[in-house]
Amino acid sequence: MSEPLVRLENVRFAYGERAILRGISLSIPRGKVVAIMGGSGCGKTTLLRLIGGQERAVGGRVTVDGQDVAKLGRDALYALRRRMGMLFQFGALFTDMSVFDNVAFPLREHTDLPAELINDLVMMKLHAVGLRGAAKLMPGELSGGMARRVALARTIALDPMLLMYDEPFTGLDPISLGVIGQLIRRLNDALGASSVIVTHDIQESLQIVDYIYFISEGRVVAEGTPDEIRNSADPFVSQFVHAQADGPVPFHYPAGDYATALVGGAG
Amino acid sequence: MADVFRKMGSMAINGIWQLGFIARFFWLILVYSGQSFTRIHLTLRELYFSGVMSLLIILVSGLFVGLVLGLQGYETLQRYGASDSLGTLVALSLVRELGPVVAGLLFASRAGSAVTAEIGLMKVTEQLKAMDMMAVSPIARVVAPRFWGGVISMPLLAALFSAMGVFGGWLIGVVVIGVDDGAFWAQMQDAVDFRYDVLNGVIKSAVFGVAVALIAVFEGYDCVPTAEGVSRAITRTVVSSALAILALDFVMTSFMFRG
Repeated sequence: MSEPLVRLENVRFAYGERAILRGISLSIPRGKVVAIMGGSGCGKTTLLRLIGGQERAVGGRVTVDGQDVAKLGRDALYALRRRMGMLFQFGALFTDMSVFDNVAFPLREHTDLPAELINDLVMMKLHAVGLRGAAKLMPGELSGGMARRVALARTIALDPMLLMYDEPFTGLDPISLGVIGQLIRRLNDALGASSVIVTHDIQESLQIVDYIYFISEGRVVAEGTPDEIRNSADPFVSQFVHAQADGPVPFHYPAGDYATALVGGAG
Repeated sequence: MADVFRKMGSMAINGIWQLGFIARFFWLILVYSGQSFTRIHLTLRELYFSGVMSLLIILVSGLFVGLVLGLQGYETLQRYGASDSLGTLVALSLVRELGPVVAGLLFASRAGSAVTAEIGLMKVTEQLKAMDMMAVSPIARVVAPRFWGGVISMPLLAALFSAMGVFGGWLIGVVVIGVDDGAFWAQMQDAVDFRYDVLNGVIKSAVFGVAVALIAVFEGYDCVPTAEGVSRAITRTVVSSALAILALDFVMTSFMFRG
């Protein structure tokens, strides 16, 4: 088996005193779609930021395509990022540019292609996400699902080797959600890329990904293929898959004794 | 008591940190300024938003300031039978002080706040992060053109403010009150020195331009990425710019015009 595209080895990360990741090891094989799941605020997005080199790990190693991300200088990091694409939670489209210009942005910034060729490339990317007809619209005129698809077209503008998705399913209606899910799978296979999806949408993910990691309290607590996950007896996985309010992930934020809090009143 | 000292100490340290951040940020802007000039349309666009769009408020305010100067100046000068010097008074007040300072204050509240809001909202909506992930430096692509747009438009706006003010002073003094037209212009021409008065005024407005533009882009880039954070950053831009303009004005005046 070939070397995985992304590899995290015992990665630790903290914001000040607050530990977010406490020793995570995982890998993203080439050509696969991998989901990283976990409750809100468990450090999933931080993982993407570490892979993209926007944050540096406190300990451990993050390698992308054999390069240690933390050791790269600015130019080398930017060279690596040109081969990565990241889809942000709400698209992060440039609001002062049209849909066309948004998708053309990376092409214009990083290539000297003539305008006609850029036009063709942008139209192909927009066609791939089904929004060729929306090229002239401004981001403010798009629905949430459309904005995310435009952002996806922009993300794949330079045909990246690695696609990262930060909560791509959040706030979408069931149809848009299915569309985005299918696009993630199809684009990954068409581009021959590898994808990481950070999400807590278990049902959608089970249908499109090859492998799933579960993260809780800064550690990988479970992992497996979608079939293994569906049949898992692990209490954490089971709570997640069946959307139970209480379980290994507690319903209550840590607090003092309930009776004392009530009787103690204002104190 | 110890608490008070501790607080003062930590405020001083924070202030120095902040200054350090701004200095580093300023350096980065200068380092990444190449694109602002090689791809001039980026800067021209900001010149339009900061400069051209501020024209109306600058011209109208300049006119009113000139009108008031004309009225007040005439009222005082005629007590000494020196109403012919109205042109000198109006022109010197505007070119040396009011032009750069008032135009700077207006510029900070009109264009500086808009720049902070725009960059701040780009940060809130992760546009800056997205750009950075696309291997495009937000400082080169977003911050530097806005900085240079402000720096270039500020002296031009101050000059237009002064010109409009002189016109206002002439309107009230010569047309309305009846000061001698020839004396108004001749005395002005005689008393206003290009290097000593006009050039020093231009230098002032250029310095204010750098200060306001730097504060505006820094506050936007540095804001806490929430609705409240952006609103606070905008307030800080206007307040800090006003203080910076007035303090710098005092310092520069004391060096430039010592009599």
